Amino acid sequence: MIDILDPVLLARVQFAFVVSFHIIFPAFTIGLASWLAVVEWRWLRTGNKVYEQVYRMWSKIFAVCFGMGVVSGVVMSYQFGTNWSLFSDTVGNVIGPLLGYEVLTAFFLEASFLGIMLFGWGRVSKKMHFASTVIVAVGTLISAFWILSANSWMQTPQGFEIRADGLFYPTSWFEIVFNPSFPYRFFHMILAAYLTTAFVVGGTAAFYMIKGIHLKHAKVMFGMAMLMAVFAAPLQLLIGHAHGENTMEYQPTKVAAMEGNWETGANKPLYLFGMPNEETETTDYGIAIPGGASWVLTGSTSGVIPGLKDVPEDQRPPVAIVFWSFRIMVGLGVAMIFTGIMAAFLYGRKTLFKNKCFHMWCVAMIPSGFLALLAGWFVTEVGRQPYTVYGVMKTANSISPVIAEQVMMTLIGFIVVYVFIFGAGIHYVVKLVRKGPDSLKEKEKFYDHGLESSMVKAVTEGESK
Amino acid sequence: MIDFSNFLDLPLIWGGLIATAVFLYALLDGFDLGCGILFPFAPSDKSRNEMMNSIAPFWDGNETWLVLGTGGLLVAFPVAYSILLPAVYIPATMMLFGLIFRGVAFEFRFKASDKNRKMWDVSFHAGSLLAAFMQGMILGNIIQGFEVTGRSFSGGALDWANGFAVLTGLGVVAGYSLLAAAWLVMKTEGATQKWARKMGRYVFAYVILAMVVISITMPFIDARIKALWFSTPNIFFLAIIPALTMVAFYMLWKDFGNNKREIRPFLLTALIFLLGYLGICISLYPWIVPFKFTLWEAAAVSTSQSIVLIGTVIMLPIILAYTAYCYYVFKGKSTDEPMY
Ligand code: HDD
Ligand code: HEM
Ligand code: HEM
Repeated sequence: MIDILDPVLLARVQFAFVVSFHIIFPAFTIGLASWLAVVEWRWLRTGNKVYEQVYRMWSKIFAVCFGMGVVSGVVMSYQFGTNWSLFSDTVGNVIGPLLGYEVLTAFFLEASFLGIMLFGWGRVSKKMHFASTVIVAVGTLISAFWILSANSWMQTPQGFEIRADGLFYPTSWFEIVFNPSFPYRFFHMILAAYLTTAFVVGGTAAFYMIKGIHLKHAKVMFGMAMLMAVFAAPLQLLIGHAHGENTMEYQPTKVAAMEGNWETGANKPLYLFGMPNEETETTDYGIAIPGGASWVLTGSTSGVIPGLKDVPEDQRPPVAIVFWSFRIMVGLGVAMIFTGIMAAFLYGRKTLFKNKCFHMWCVAMIPSGFLALLAGWFVTEVGRQPYTVYGVMKTANSISPVIAEQVMMTLIGFIVVYVFIFGAGIHYVVKLVRKGPDSLKEKEKFYDHGLESSMVKAVTEGESK
Repeated sequence: MIDFSNFLDLPLIWGGLIATAVFLYALLDGFDLGCGILFPFAPSDKSRNEMMNSIAPFWDGNETWLVLGTGGLLVAFPVAYSILLPAVYIPATMMLFGLIFRGVAFEFRFKASDKNRKMWDVSFHAGSLLAAFMQGMILGNIIQGFEVTGRSFSGGALDWANGFAVLTGLGVVAGYSLLAAAWLVMKTEGATQKWARKMGRYVFAYVILAMVVISITMPFIDARIKALWFSTPNIFFLAIIPALTMVAFYMLWKDFGNNKREIRPFLLTALIFLLGYLGICISLYPWIVPFKFTLWEAAAVSTSQSIVLIGTVIMLPIILAYTAYCYYVFKGKSTDEPMY
């Protein structure tokens, strides 16, 4: 029986909830910031107004999402203390500096230049404005660098020692920052962010084309998004594959859970479908490619891949979550590659901007990036259980000395607040997307309620600078 | 590994850095939280828009100082971080809720339909108020110290809810309002500025009251604080702080009434904040977890403190420079026009 007032479980659920909500926004803003920089660059180079309007439209959406990324991110920086204080105390020497560098090198940069990017029109030169956009984009990448380094260190820890007092002490910063899984995780995540953004932008453009509106803008957006899909989606498969090989080396149990494989051995099947069963220690109802898993992970069907039974039961992650999340991610990745191939094919036949069927498919793909990304994180994070720092520190020993009721109450609070606030946020984003470049024509109507609206309206008639 | 501990007193430096970050936070986010607190009392929607626009480009950067403060604590004094946050679990979470509600209001209120805009105005005000009040309560709890066993918080879930903390909570609300009033005197003109001057005088008494009560209470919390302030050589040096504060208050009162003074009120309020903050820091020194862990006892290993110190020494001046640049870009009076 699960005890719902188990503080460890509650803290995990709370962390999983708030971080999953948080990552939705950075994933989108990381991609969007880079893309906006490219759009603005195109505008400066070509002087084409369409680029400017596309930029302005998406920068409003960016602002809303960035705002939500910030407020949910501030929550994250407290979670380590409120819910995982033992973890913070024990590994603070190692992980603290990484998070400290993130604040110093990224957060201030993003936050300060965001102000210029959003509100600086007419106050700074076009070049400076472009520079601000680039700085914000670079800031998001630096931020991802440090936080992913911290997370990767927890997955593949090295460069530290544990002294008699039980605390972690750093022995090599280089080994800590550039731990074995970090390069894979970093590139995989950045590409995930780019893909997520590409499919939102592309889907939006497809929606316009189906409706027959904003066609000039839609063409620009769609073309750029599909270009991303053509190149980034297959690349993501390659990086993901390399990532998996790296994981097999350092976290074999996680890979075993991803593959639903119980016995270590050669010639293991690749399950397309199956039901991992922790009672019987088998994967039931499997539909599988014989030898497939061995082939993917080792390059030969006779390769040996690790099994869950190698470790005692209490050191295994919850298998089904890892197994299924992995399939969702890879499945969506394949769907993205398919989209890219189709786009290239239709482009060749000169129907990329005409094919309604394909446009509908692209609209349907809008959420695919977010889903794949969350699924990927669930593979990574659930797959490393029961450890917080892999192989060294257990989740159960990471928790704060706070009573379960407190965690329960704040968890409910977070759910209520997030559903309300982020529900509203998504509502506004959808509203902006529906209006598209039209939203630039109407003023942001924040002035016309209350007594003076008509007076203010008179003052603000005409385009803002 | 790089280690400066042979020739630098790292824990002291880090204590100073974190104190500075927290002060800058209180000063910078103070005025924008204060704008939220004063929001519903503004004379017109036009004023409210001017208020919003005067802080919209800055609030995110301002809030980042809070992240640096908490992040810095984790970097330099992990044990303090892991005692403090469980101890103030509920008020910290409520503060976060407050920051969420006000933070999203900046964007949402511009995008909302007329009907819903009111809702985001309320959200902006209530969120700012809640965040400020909870920050004050957390301050009050830090001053009083926590129950600690070994390296963990061992008090009760509701220890934070006490009279003194409520008082410091109200004090911070009043203080942020004063800052906001002074900020608006600087950044707006006409009716809004006139109103801000009135508000400044209105919250004036509350700020003084809160500072007096806190100053009187502190020596009774711990005998060491009393000894520090009231022993003979100290008292002469330390008396400068309350004396300067009184002078600043006097000038501020006059400036709020003098239409020519537009910038000085803000500087004076900042000075008052600084003096009050110094008073608290002097009282609590050398504790980082009051009366349980000193800076040196709670310090992270010197190699960790050293490596981030390098980054701080390089980055902090750069951060301050571009922060100043951003304030420069948005210099002058705020208007009520949309800024996109
Ligand atoms: C791969 C990227 C990534 C990941 C895994 C995380 N974040 Fe994040 N975070 C960002 C990428 C990001 C960002 C792109 O840099 C954000 C999004 C919007 C923003 O303002 O910056 C951000 C914002 C953001 C902020 C607000 C910064 C500000 O005030 O401007 C904080 C404090 C955190 N995050 C903290 C965390 C913590 C403690 C995480 C881990 C549990 C975390 N983030 C995961
Ligand atoms: C196309 C085939 C893909 C493969 C083979 C693949 C492979 C992997 C593997 C093996 C992991 C787990 C790493 C570990 O924790 O050890 C992972 C994690 C992850 N995946 Fe994928 N992936 C693919 C597609 C995608 C796509 C399309 C996205 C999102 C758009 C995505 C986003 C993520 C994220 C965010 C993580 C967690 C962070 C990380 O550990 O890198 N993946 N992926
Ligand atoms: C941003 C995307 C991320 C997502 C969606 C995510 C998701 C999750 C989930 C679902 C869990 C709960 C696992 C379980 O208990 O079964 C978890 C735990 C945790 N994650 Fe992440 N995570 C992310 C990033 C990070 C990063 C960047 C860090 C650290 C720097 C981190 C640190 C932790 C910690 C400390 C725990 C709690 C201990 C544990 O359960 O092992 N996470 N995360």
